[in-house]
Parts: sequence; C-alpha cells; structure tokens
Amino acid sequence: MKEIAVIGIGITKFGELWEKSLRDIAVESAMNCLDDSGIDRIDSINIGCMSSGLFNGQEHLSSMIADYLGRLDIPSTRVESACVSGGLAVRNACLEIAAGVSDYALAIGVEKMTDVSMGEATYALATAADQDYEAFHGITFPGLYAMLAIAHMEHYGTTREQLAQVAVKNHYNGSMNPNAQFPFKITQDTVLNSTMIADPLRLMDCSPVTDGAAAVLLTTVEKAKKLKKHPLVVITGFGSATDTIALSHRKKLTELKAVKTSAAKALQMAGKTIDDIDFAEVHDCFTIAEIMVLESMGIVDPGKGGPATLDGYTALDGKFPVNPSGGLKSKGHPVGATGVAQIFEVVNQLRANSGKRQIPGVKTGLAQNMGGSGGSSICHILEVK
Amino acid sequence: MNVPRHWRETPERYRMEAVKCRKCGKISFPARLICPECKNKVFDKINLSGKGKLLTYTIIRTAPKGFEALAPYAVGIVEMAEGVRVMGQITDCDLLSLKTGDKLISKFRRMNEEGKTGLIMYSYKFVPDIGI
Repeated sequence: MKEIAVIGIGITKFGELWEKSLRDIAVESAMNCLDDSGIDRIDSINIGCMSSGLFNGQEHLSSMIADYLGRLDIPSTRVESACVSGGLAVRNACLEIAAGVSDYALAIGVEKMTDVSMGEATYALATAADQDYEAFHGITFPGLYAMLAIAHMEHYGTTREQLAQVAVKNHYNGSMNPNAQFPFKITQDTVLNSTMIADPLRLMDCSPVTDGAAAVLLTTVEKAKKLKKHPLVVITGFGSATDTIALSHRKKLTELKAVKTSAAKALQMAGKTIDDIDFAEVHDCFTIAEIMVLESMGIVDPGKGGPATLDGYTALDGKFPVNPSGGLKSKGHPVGATGVAQIFEVVNQLRANSGKRQIPGVKTGLAQNMGGSGGSSICHILEVK
Repeated sequence: MNVPRHWRETPERYRMEAVKCRKCGKISFPARLICPECKNKVFDKINLSGKGKLLTYTIIRTAPKGFEALAPYAVGIVEMAEGVRVMGQITDCDLLSLKTGDKLISKFRRMNEEGKTGLIMYSYKFVPDIGI
C-alpha cells in the first residue's frame, strides 16, 4: 500500500451563495485546490454530495463536475453517505492512491442547499434518517439529536449550559475564519434565548443550511516529497464504520458507536492513541453531537464531554482544541462539503497557515465526519512530516 | 408517494407486526430478512402488545413538510414490553409533563394525508397507558 499525502487544498466561502450554482462552487473549490498544489494533473475525481437531486434536481455529478473542470477523460465518481459524503470522497481518493490506481486523486465535497425552501431542505436532510420508520412519524434531524441530548442529560447530568458552550466556543473560533458562514462571536445568552426547535435543542444548538464546496488533491508521499511548495502533510490513518440507520435500534443512546469504531480504526492504522493527537475537527451538526463525539472517540471519558467543554479543555487554547475552523456550527454545514472542509482545516493548521486561529506547534490532527444520527462515520488522521 | 409505498407497510403500521428470530429469539421491528443478532434467516411473525415505556423524546416545534399543522408534537423512542424499540409520536397528553419512563400504549391513529394521491395514512401513535 502506498503512503498518501495531501498536496493541495481549496475551499469556497460558506454561506448563502445565491449568485453561484452547484457546478460553480464545486469547480471553484477544485480550481483553488489545484492552484494551491501547483500541480495541473488529475487522474481521478471523487465527488461527495448528499442530495443534489433534492436540493437542485440534478444527479449525475460525475459527468457534470468533470465536464466543467475540463477533465473529460478521467474516472469520475459521485459518492453518498448523507453528511459523511465528503469524508467518503476523501477516503475513496485515499484508496486510489494507496492502491496505485491514481497518482493524483482529487476529492471534492459540495452541497448547494439554498436553491430550495427551508421546508424542502428539512425534508431533504431527513432522508438521511429511516424514511419509513422515523421520518414517517414526523421526526427531524434536530429532533433525533434532541432525543440523544435528553438521554445524555438524564444519564450523565449534562447541562443546557454545557451544550451552549459548544456553540459559544465554535463561534469564537469561527469569528477568525473568513470562509465561515457566521463569523461572529456569541454568548451563552444568545444560545439559551434562541428559538426552541426540538426540546431541548434551540436554534443556536443547530448547524445552519449552507452552500459551499471544498477540495483536496492527494498523491503518494514519494511524489509529494519532490514538491517543496508546502510542508509535507501525510494521511497516516483512516477508518470508516456504520451503525443502525434508525436511532431507535441503537443499543446505547449515550454513545455514537460508529464514531468510536471509525476513530479506533484510524488510530490503529496510524499506530497512535488518542493522546498522540494534537487537535481535531469533529462533526458538531448539533451541540450535543460534539459532546458525544468527544466521548465516543476517547478525547474525554464518557459523561465528561459537557464539563470538559465548559472548562475550556476543547477551546482554541485548551489542552485538546476541537473545531478550530468554527465547526459546522459557525463555519456552516453544506452537508456533502463538510468532510472535505474538515481536511482543509486540518491541513492548513498542520501547515501553520491558519492565521489568527492557528494552534501553535500542532503536528498531528484528526478529522471526524458523520452521517445521519451517527449511522456512518469516517475519521482521517493527518501528520506534518 | 404512490399507494404501494404506504400499502406494503400496513402490517407494521396497522398491526405492529414484528418478527421473532427462530434461532435466538431476537425480535425485530420492522421485519428483517437477516437477524441482526445471530444472522439466522428464519423468523416467526408476532404482533407487539403495544405496551411500552418512554426511553427518550423530544417536542418538535419546527416541523418538516406535511407536519406543519401538527406542531408542536412529541416524538419518542418507546421500549416495548417485548424488548424491541420503536419510534413514534406521543399524543393525547400534556407535552410538557412527559418524562422518560412514562408507561405508554400504542393506538391506531391518522398520521398524515398525501396531497397528490389523496391517500390518508394511518399508523400507531403512543398515548399514556392509564389502564383502560
């Protein structure tokens, strides 16, 4: 198996990009990525996109994106695993490099969500749940995570203030991210007085509906070593796992098993433990999600995610910074783009190129991306050499 | 949604029909072709009793398409007497006094109406089990 390096990263502004189309933002992120790499060669494209069919009435992105990138003769694949579609595109690109099938593999994540009304967007997102046995009963994604929040609060004593602190911390980090959809600071009061969406989760516990795209270019470590443009960033581990699609079928409602398994696999592949990781980008689609991910990955013990967040353990200047980009909460959550955007942030941090939100001296980072209510999860571990 | 999409789910939605693995006894709702516990492929049909207790829940205030008129409404995960867990709405109760551990029982209720087909969909909903 060949060793994998990230040699290019690109991203668009995240937000309500009404003047731009699905194809515009996908291509823009890829152009930025190729410019960043200094390489003008792509052997294959993997596109992560959850639901262009429902958001834009457009399938067949394999052809469309390759076409508008001006690369018509190469393999192009669109992959879908709900909100982990982006992470899956990166994983597939990793497999291509590792297998020696491609020398330069491009992974793009994209979602253009504001072409439909909020009701239609909510419907499209709910298709990541069990349509016949969850969505049929009128459940929403905030509702699914609200049920996890109630279970976590009752079992571990997690508090409303602890949940709110996830949003406060991520908005603080995101206030220094020029690509973020909501680059401003908020307070506990902002969260605790926002509109109730699904008890106990309020509007400011939820990641937004976002347009955006991100791209990464991978090659072998051998080839990357000859490039001197950026510090060498290597993907040393990746892990992927699934769990039941229906939340009601989980054996435990207080952990995310796919997250636990995917992180363990990635760490094992990299030959590391969670203590060797300097920082992480994690899937904070809702505030409770970040707390449960911290616990499921072993960054903190079960039940300690809330207190650790309130104590600043995961803050930018804490012992284990989480979501320096602002996370899904502040940066925005264009679902298919999120997993690739996480890799963008981790690489930029490892290159010591993150401006005001740079974490000093980081050498090893982890990106954790998940789909649905935790029905799928993918982790990548990256190191600067 | 066309009629068969709803019609084929009626055993589950109307009668809470589940399957019991003939090898390990694990109950699955809805029915599966492979037992998630022991991978056996032979099952017996059973009907759930409808009785259970509330494990976790939420009150939906921002509803998805088709449920707007119903909001606010409660949805929860109910652990049935048979051990299997089912998601469903909880109705005929004071939403704010719901708590985990509440005893519930399933009732046959109107769920939704499909605009284009005029199809009226029915299913189970849960209500407080007050022994009547």
